[in-house]
Amino acid sequence: MINQKNVRHIINDNLIKKKNIVDKIMPVFFFLAALVSVITTIGIVLTLIIDAFRFFEAIPLSEFFSANLSPLRENPSFGILPLIVGTLMTTLIAMCVAVPVGLAAAVYLSEFASQKKRKVLKPIMEILAGIPTIVYGFFAYSFVTPLLMKVIPSLNAKNVLSAGIVMGIMIIPMIASLSEDAMQAVPNALREGAFGLGSTRLEVTRKVVIPAAISGILASVVLAVSRAIGETMIVVIAAGSSKNLSFDITESMQTMTAYIVEFTSGDAASGTTGYYSLYAVGLLLFVFTMLMNLITQLITKKIREEY
Amino acid sequence: MIVSLSKNNTLEADKKKHVQYKRIKRRVLINKLSGYLFSLSTVFIIVVLIILLYRIASQSVGWLNISFLKGNLSRFPEKAGIYGPIIGSLGLMLVVIPVTLVIGVATAIYLEEYAKKGKLQSFIKINISNLASVPSVIFGLLGLTVFSRFLNLGSSILAGGLTLSLLVLPIIVVSSQEAIRAVPLFLKEASYAMGANNWTTIRKVILPVALPGILTGSILSISRALGETAPLVVLGIPTLILKIPQNLMSSFTALPIQIYYWTIDTVLTAEYANLAAATIVVLLVVLFSLNSVAIFIRNKYQSKF
Repeated sequence: MINQKNVRHIINDNLIKKKNIVDKIMPVFFFLAALVSVITTIGIVLTLIIDAFRFFEAIPLSEFFSANLSPLRENPSFGILPLIVGTLMTTLIAMCVAVPVGLAAAVYLSEFASQKKRKVLKPIMEILAGIPTIVYGFFAYSFVTPLLMKVIPSLNAKNVLSAGIVMGIMIIPMIASLSEDAMQAVPNALREGAFGLGSTRLEVTRKVVIPAAISGILASVVLAVSRAIGETMIVVIAAGSSKNLSFDITESMQTMTAYIVEFTSGDAASGTTGYYSLYAVGLLLFVFTMLMNLITQLITKKIREEY
Repeated sequence: MIVSLSKNNTLEADKKKHVQYKRIKRRVLINKLSGYLFSLSTVFIIVVLIILLYRIASQSVGWLNISFLKGNLSRFPEKAGIYGPIIGSLGLMLVVIPVTLVIGVATAIYLEEYAKKGKLQSFIKINISNLASVPSVIFGLLGLTVFSRFLNLGSSILAGGLTLSLLVLPIIVVSSQEAIRAVPLFLKEASYAMGANNWTTIRKVILPVALPGILTGSILSISRALGETAPLVVLGIPTLILKIPQNLMSSFTALPIQIYYWTIDTVLTAEYANLAAATIVVLLVVLFSLNSVAIFIRNKYQSKF
């Protein structure tokens, strides 16, 4: 009798122990999984810095920030200014398309459209947002560029204008949905107060909703800029790979991302200065996007409306 | 005299009223016009979407058929098929799906259920939101350095899959977090009251309830990974691979890479544009059906509690 009880006890104890082991292991496993993202960030920073450092051992900073870029010549030079100008030009054109259209769409969806129209329009936005950038690249090169050529005959087959416009179209859903979220977060009481005073919809939007949602709207624009700077396939296909420093948007220019793609899909032998230049450009790109993130976080922290 | 004065007064009042009425009318008109103006933006979006889809579909007509899906890549546009890229894309998903699901959901569980509110938790959260905005080319550079060169995986399916996994990890983490956070507190409390511990509660209560949200997020991240091109190109996938990949260590080509190479090759032969368009149609059909499954799951199981 006593023995039997003991056996049961032992079994019970074992069961509890087993459960305890699983209970103790799982949190550790979850924690390790959470560390993967931290390790990824560290990995990105380390690979970029280490190999960029090797690049800067061979190339002085003064050359890096010069206008002369010819990495594949016998006497290569690595001035990055053409890439920066190319990136800024495509980003600027993209923003000229995406900000007005995106914000107008956000205002319309959030303030003017009926529930029925919203239900149709939002999935369409999601479709547009779900199209891979390579498809936009193909669209820019095979449709938008020939179309623009009819208006501007001197347009190059690869040009910044078409790449920028299509990039802007790609970014519209992002600005629209983030800004719309910000506007939707404005409490209805504020709107109703303004309506009660006799305001029209436009006045409510302009004087109540947009000022209240301004931090979210600004953050969406900054995030869009960061997206445009990092966008790759559209500019690789449609903007080409000219490394001359120019400000003519009908010509081909290379962006930082396109430089990285061109160099890796070509035959950049590991260990050459050209190979390490990838990481220097990558580091600069990374710094740019992190800067944008920082600005976004500052905006959302600083100008937070309290209701 | 008095009469004329009052008459004068009413005239003035009438005039004032008239001006006010006019102003209101103008405000209402401007309001209406601006409404139309704002709606134009959505018209623009719809028109662009229609043109894009129509152009690509019409270019693929005549090229997209069974032999295109079953055939192998070829130097001759008429004979080329995309069986190899399809297998390559499937192989990538074979790596991406388990890796992102396990790591992504586990990260979300840690952040929502185990992590103590504090510096570490907010650090990991900020880190994930920062990772989400790192350009995909930079993930390519990471994959090239760590997976291809350092771990010696070359430009294999495994290297490509792991790179893509890291790229889409933030998406699945954030959506799983939202799904887990949406599990009502009373369910958890009921489970604890029955004597269940943390892990049992997660396994038997939280995960089943959060499953639709988690599934939606994972499908969306998978469709993102399927269309991603830049990191794979940076990994150095060769232009023309005629072999069908046999295992995870084989070199491969995937649908978006093939679109890329055919698009830049249109300079050589114009027919490559049709091949690229046909491949895009295949890719978009897959992505749209994945996304509609995700939207269906989201709508069906939304607000069950």
